[in-house]
Amino acid sequence: MALQSLDIKQRSATTTPSTQVRQTVEIAKLIDVSACIGCKACQVACSEWNDIRDEVGNCHGVYDNPMDLSAKSWTVMRYTEVEQNNKLEWLIRKDGCMHCADPGCLKACPAPGAIIQYANGIVDFHQENCIGCGYCVTGCPFNVPRISKEDSKAYKCSLCSDRVAVNQAPACVKSCPTGAIQFGSKEDMKDYAAKRVADLKERGYDQAGLYDPQGVGGTHVMYVLHHADKPDLYAGLPANPSISPLVSLWKGFAKPLATLALAGVALGSLFHYVTKGPNEVSKEIEDEIEREDALANKEEAK
Amino acid sequence: MNMNRRQFFKVCSAGLTGSSIAVMGFSPTAALAEVRTFKLARATETRNICPYCSVSCGVLIYSTGDKSKNSQSEIIHIEGDPDNPVNRGTLCPKGAGLRDMIQSKDRLKWPEVREAGSSEWKRISWNEALDRIAKHMKADRDANFIAQNADGLTVNRWPTMGALVSSASSNEAGYLTVKTLRGLGVTALDTQARI
Repeated sequence: MALQSLDIKQRSATTTPSTQVRQTVEIAKLIDVSACIGCKACQVACSEWNDIRDEVGNCHGVYDNPMDLSAKSWTVMRYTEVEQNNKLEWLIRKDGCMHCADPGCLKACPAPGAIIQYANGIVDFHQENCIGCGYCVTGCPFNVPRISKEDSKAYKCSLCSDRVAVNQAPACVKSCPTGAIQFGSKEDMKDYAAKRVADLKERGYDQAGLYDPQGVGGTHVMYVLHHADKPDLYAGLPANPSISPLVSLWKGFAKPLATLALAGVALGSLFHYVTKGPNEVSKEIEDEIEREDALANKEEAK
Repeated sequence: MNMNRRQFFKVCSAGLTGSSIAVMGFSPTAALAEVRTFKLARATETRNICPYCSVSCGVLIYSTGDKSKNSQSEIIHIEGDPDNPVNRGTLCPKGAGLRDMIQSKDRLKWPEVREAGSSEWKRISWNEALDRIAKHMKADRDANFIAQNADGLTVNRWPTMGALVSSASSNEAGYLTVKTLRGLGVTALDTQARI
């Protein structure tokens, strides 16, 4: 019997092993950048489903609205105008959590159970357990998590884990009018992407390809890009994302070392106790101290 | 509680060791987590048509309660209707935010009239509104109706009245609309579907 609807693969700051016997279908969301018209239906559907309403902002002279991800905007469209080969290209990318197979946020998180990776690939934040330290922001290679100013807790896209748990597609996927966002098993999404890439190559985009970066073990949100050789054209999508060395240094090197030091101190104390025994005070010294104390008390009484 | 110096140090060091070990990741927390409960469970699902544009996408409106006598319903969510052939579950950004339009403070929910010369909008009843519209239409039709043109040919035109009808109507509603308006002589008849 399982105590949760989705099996857990990893849980932040937890050493108790997760269940591993049951097999789960690995899911993925595929964003076909070449089919996106930038209508932002996904942004609205996301706010609607997750009951978040960001503050109404100001126009900055560009289509981006809001300008950046926030605790109340878990996905935003990023519009980039690129001039190359005597051609203006308007590249539109839906930004948000990539749901890495090797999540830097989870690795960096010190709060037990604040970040969960489910067996189907979803990386979810549990704000109830979040202590607001912001390490997940440092750990994320895609700069996605945002700390809310209202409750000092980290928020980001949950890939609608509540919908996926009952076999529904995420809200953004369902709304997309052009079918630029697809959802299914990771395998099916790769097959679908291969067809799209072949189509793009036929139409002259020789460098079209799938963005599923291996530096973070692959992602459960993938892109079909017309310029897969230059992902940074799409509002700075990193070409080779990897977890910050600071996180590896802290969790991979400093933490075991500190643990070892702590264990050493404990062991040393034990040996000291066994070999030297407790710090005995001789009867003569004790009597002398008591005499001094009595004297001092007398003086105070006066 | 009485405690001597030695016991105090023992308790302190035990506490420090325990918390340090917990911080270092040795705390035996169970690997459990649950997703947010599916918020539409047992909600009432109602089919409707998006009121915005002429595409007329199908929507599913989810509301609280089961329509039983003593429970008031409240719309909690709207998303696309996958069984509607027009949109097959998808929606545009306006349609995806339909709930906020329905529950907007600025939404007009009743007929209002601004009398000639007045700058104030006044709330009136539906009956009153329909009566006023009918009277205006009758007065305008009586004044401007053209039964015959210059050649003496019967044309039965009402050229000063135009009608813009909904695109979300059913075939039956559309048939009745055309019959009624053409019967009155309206020639400028259009539908939102052309916008």
